Order: sequence, then structure tokens, then C-alpha cells
Amino acid sequence: MATKVVMEALSPTMEEGRLVEWKKKEGDSVAVGDVLADVETDKAVMELVARAEGTLLKQVAPAGATVPVSDIVGWIGKPGEAVGGNGATADKAGGTDKAQRPEPVEAPRPERKAEAAPAVAAAPAPAPARAEGERVKASPLARRMATERGIDLAGIQGSGPAGRIVQRDVESAQPAAAAPAAAAPARVLVIPAGEPYQDVPLTQIRKTIAKRLAQSIGPIPTFYLTSEVDMERTADARDAINASGDGKISYNDIIIKATALALKQHPECNGWWQDDHIRYWNEVHIGMAVAVPDGLITPIIRHADLKTLREIAAEARDLAGRARERRLKPEEYTGSTFSISNLGMFDIDEFTAIINPPEAGILAIGRIAEQTVPAAEGLEVRKRMKITMSCDHRVIDGATGAQFLRTLKRMLENPLAMIW
Amino acid sequence: MAVLTYRDALNQALREELSRDENVFLMGEEVAEYNGAYKVSRGLLEEFGPMRVVDTPIAELGFAGIGVGAAMTGLRPIVELMTWNFALLAIDQIVNAAAKVRYMSGGQLGCPIVFRGPGGAALQLAAQHSQAFESWYAHIPGLKVIAPATPADAKGLLKSAIRDDNPVIFMEGEMLYNTKGEVPEEEYTIPIGKADIKRAGDDVTLVCHSKTLSVALKAADKLAEQGVSAEVLDLRTIRPLDTEAIFASVSRTHRCVVVEEGWPFAGVGAQVVYEIQESIFDELDAPVLRVTQADVPMPYNRALEKAAKPDPDRVAAAVRKVMYLEA
Repeated sequence: MATKVVMEALSPTMEEGRLVEWKKKEGDSVAVGDVLADVETDKAVMELVARAEGTLLKQVAPAGATVPVSDIVGWIGKPGEAVGGNGATADKAGGTDKAQRPEPVEAPRPERKAEAAPAVAAAPAPAPARAEGERVKASPLARRMATERGIDLAGIQGSGPAGRIVQRDVESAQPAAAAPAAAAPARVLVIPAGEPYQDVPLTQIRKTIAKRLAQSIGPIPTFYLTSEVDMERTADARDAINASGDGKISYNDIIIKATALALKQHPECNGWWQDDHIRYWNEVHIGMAVAVPDGLITPIIRHADLKTLREIAAEARDLAGRARERRLKPEEYTGSTFSISNLGMFDIDEFTAIINPPEAGILAIGRIAEQTVPAAEGLEVRKRMKITMSCDHRVIDGATGAQFLRTLKRMLENPLAMIW
Repeated sequence: MAVLTYRDALNQALREELSRDENVFLMGEEVAEYNGAYKVSRGLLEEFGPMRVVDTPIAELGFAGIGVGAAMTGLRPIVELMTWNFALLAIDQIVNAAAKVRYMSGGQLGCPIVFRGPGGAALQLAAQHSQAFESWYAHIPGLKVIAPATPADAKGLLKSAIRDDNPVIFMEGEMLYNTKGEVPEEEYTIPIGKADIKRAGDDVTLVCHSKTLSVALKAADKLAEQGVSAEVLDLRTIRPLDTEAIFASVSRTHRCVVVEEGWPFAGVGAQVVYEIQESIFDELDAPVLRVTQADVPMPYNRALEKAAKPDPDRVAAAVRKVMYLEA
């Protein structure tokens, strides 16, 4: 009997997908794991892979069609086999009626750009990309072999039941292929042991503050803190590194690193509002807003506090590039603990950014401009940058945010403070 | 080597041990005048006389108790049970007396006794006479449980059982008595608690004992045609379990299927699976599967009986599953 190819939930929030392009023609033979088609989800263009082997008998949904999740887009089976025995299923499957409609408006949904809410892990979307937080299933032997060979199981497609990674999958995996998007030098990041975060129950005063402030302005009671940072020394450090000919880093890479380190010192700003409690993260995952043709997305530099500038630079370049091509996997843009939005390259002096819930803060980075400032003797022209932090008052109070910002300012004004 | 039936191999073991040690005697229903319900004791009355080969009334609890008492006072009785189904009547003496004498006397008394007879299903003997009780006795601390599959193992292990100073449950098979195999001519024993690789292989370990050895070997033949190399490990002794041999084999093959005649719940295979996952978890590439008798009283109907027993096809299907060759 022929096997259905259905539109899979390729992101946690995906309800329908647009079949961008078929990668296999009718009559092509396919193996399990072969890419059948590119599918545009609400977030990115992802690959729809074959779950059965045989011949692609029929493309039910034509390229361009928008198909609800779990509806049939095609059939795989033996050549000549009849498909869609169940008329009702086949009809429903098609999504063809939808396909003939004008292409649905792909409204940019900035407010949803990175709903990092693992709690609503949605329906378990099967591989290829495991959903954020989804357990990697592997046989004990496969786990041991992967450890011995230094292979990351997360990068392997399992061929066993329910995607279980078994011996043969590890044997056919190349260690080199383990970390496709990893930062330049292959360095194993040592994540300190312990819980990634602490959940702190809300005190009565915190509950009251939350309620009152929320009533006063919108769902997130936001306030803003602006600080002007002297960027001379950061500029010197950056120029020196870039002049060394050993890779390039941007101001943004340095700001990401400094922000992560400052958050580590001020964990009270590295939290998620969770309605009935606040989750203070012990890990720092920085979301960096990237403009894409029809909106923006916030790919994440995970454990940015632990990574070297070189690693951050390589990773940021890779993520931004793939974000613009809409080739990010869901786990690459969900789960940040704090975000940074930088409009300096557009010559914006300063601005306020919208908090990316459930995070409690976001930094808006303005341009680096030459300003005349008072010096010890007379006046001096120096590189200055304005940064504005939007704070969720339910989590961050004025003084807390200010202390964090002061630490960040010190680090940027004296980069040595980062390793202090 | 001589080719003997399982029955004659057992007969040789009894004869040799009766000759070797005058404290050894055989007791049971029909063992003397009738030469044994299954002719295992053929000729022994003639050779050793009625003091050494003793017919009993049909009273399992009674003669099991006489045996335990004789063992406590220094003799080495071999108590034949016409089948292990009838041992249900004697189980109080086996479990509450034989297995506990040494412990409860603080070591002052021993109980060197062998209870032996055929177990498991034969053909159309129906629910009450088709039961494999290995796991019942293996559950009891103080008992050793042996279930040999071949004539050579049967002889060597029965001799070891008779010489052992503790109560031994020795399970034969009605369907095994006529099977033939090579048996060494010279005097030999086989140690209790040692499994044996009956067929070497690389891809999967089939753990079996007693009548399921032939099931496993047939399955291995079928699998070989499909390019799967199965190792067949015959436990021979259920308790003490040869975990060392099991671990060594499964550590090489990384996959295991346990085949047994008993029911699934708390069966011998359940213990094997437990030991494997506890000690060599990281060697496993797939869950360990079991092929057992269906979880029902054995049907009398011939076709249903066949369907209820473990067979090579079910074993091969389980192997394909642990090899991830089919969903």
C-alpha cells in the first residue's frame, strides 16, 4: 500500500506550510530521509523529508500550494500502485483548492518572531529538525559509540522506530559532519554543570507590581534606560584584531559578548516572565535581531558568555546569513534569554526596541558617532554610542536595569573589564 | 564419540553415579519394576536391587518428603517425578523443606537431593500437563535449576547434580528423550552454572535452554538465509545463571532475543533481560525481546497448541525487529 506524504509541523507554531518547490519528480525513487520538497513555514524554509522508501507516485499539492499541517501532499509507493484509495482523504489531502487561490498574504509577524516558550512545545514534530527541547532518541550502544567518536547525536537522523538513532546510523555518520553550524575552530564548549535556570515564585509585592504596571501600559509594562557609551577603546581593540589578519569581528559581536558577560553578573536581568513565576536563567542565550526581506527574526547565540569573540563572530555571520535565506531551524531562533537589536548600520542615533516575550529585556543599539565631549583639558572628539534597554517592569526594576547597564557600559568602555 | 539418545545418556549418568557412590539411590513412581514411565531408569532395578531403586506409591508429597529426610541424614536421593506437573503436589517439600534445610539449621544439616523429571509441553497433553516451571524453582534461594537440551549436556549435568551437596531441580523433556547426540565415551561431568554457545554468530544472541535450543537453531538457519548471523547461547543451567557468558555474547552482538517455553510474566527471560540492561546497558542497540509461550493455559487443540508455543518464525521475526530490519 502506498504511503502518504503529509505536511509536517516543522516549527512549533506551524499550522500550515507553503510548498515552495518539489525536489523529487513523480516517478523518482526516494529513500527514507531524502528531501522531497522545500516548505515555507511561518518562520523559515525547511526541508520536508521522505518517511518511506519507494517511488514518488504523485505530487498531490503543486508547488506554491499552501497546505494545512498533516494534510496529504503526495504519495510514495511501488511504481504503478494506486494511490489515495480513500476518496475523502485524497480530496482533503490535496489542498489543491487552496493551491488555486491567490497566494496567501505572508504577513510579517514581528510580534511572533521568536516566541521562545518551550512550555508550549506543541505537537512533537518529527525529525529532521528536532523541535526545541525534544529528546534525542538513541540506543545505548549508539550513545556510547557517538561519545567515543566525538559525534553529536543531535546532528544524526535516526533510522530506528520513532527516529531512534541506532548503531548503523552512528557508523555512517562522519564526525566532521557533527556540528554543521559550529563556530570556526572546533572547540568543545564546556557548559558548567547545574541547572540551566531557577524558577522563583512570585512574592505578593511582585504580584501586585506586575498587575498594577500591566494595567497601566499594555501587556508588558515597559520602561526604558538609555546610556551613552564611549566606544574608543572597543574600536581600538576591534581594529587591532581585524588588522591581525586572523578573522574579522564586528562591533555587534563585541556587544553580544559584553552583554552576555554583563548578564552573567546581573542574572536578575536574564529572566523570563512566566505569569505565575519568574524564571531566572543561569545560562545566557542572546537573541540577535536580523532583518529579513519580509520582517525580522532573532537567531540565537547560545551560551554567548562562554564563547570566544572569534566563535561568536563566526556563529553570528552564519546565523545572519541563513536567517536572510530563511534557512534557520526552529531551535536556532527559539529559547533566547535576552535580545539585542542593532540599527547602528542604518545611522539611527538611538531608539527603543520591543521586548521579545517572555524575555524581560532587550537592548537597542544606536550608531557609533563622533561626538565632541568634555575632556580633562578642553574638548575631545570621541566615538560614542547610545544604547537603550527596554525593561519589563514585572521582572526588572529601574535600579536593577541601571546596574546591569552600568556594567555593560564599563565593559564596552574598557574591554579588559570583560575578562576582569 | 557414541551417539546416544537423551534418555540413554541420562540412564548412563544414573548408572555411573549409582555405581560410584553407595549413598545414591533412585526413588519415584514406576522407576523400578516398570523401568520408568519414560524408561530412563531401564535396567537399574536389576543392576542395583530394590534398596537402591525404589518404587513409590502415587503420593508426590510423601516420597518427596522421604527424599528430603534421607538427604538430611546423609544419603543422596534422586527423586524422579513422572512429570514436573505432578511436582505441584510435592512443592511444599521442595520449597519449604529441601531449599531451606541448610539455611534454617545454620548449616548443621545439608540436603544433597536431585528432583528430576520431564517438564514443559509435549504434544496435546493439554493445559494441566504442558507446563514449564523453570522460573518457579529458579525464584527460590537455595535451589539450583538445570534444564539441559542435548544428550551430552544431560549426562554431564545430571552427574554434577547428583554430586552437588545442595538440592537440584533437574528438568528434562518428554520431547527430548528420543533426540540423539554425541556423548563422550569417557567419564565426564559438566559444571553447573555454565552456559554453552551452540552456534557462533555476530549479529544477535539467541538465549535459550532445553527444548527452545532446537527452536533457536532452526531460527538461526532461517536467519542465515537472510544474511543475519545469529549466535545461539544455551543456558543449560537456569540458576545459577551464567551472566558472564550472556554478557560476553551480547557485548559482541549488541542485540538479544530470549526464547523460552514458559509463560512471559516473570519468566526466565525476564531475569535475563534484567541482568543485561543492568550490567551492559551501553552495549545494547535495541531493546531485548522475548519469545515465550503464549500467556494462556496450553490449548489442547493441535493447531492452537502449535500457535501457543515459541517457534522459529516468531524468533526470526523478533530478530528482524531488534536488527531494525522491519518496523
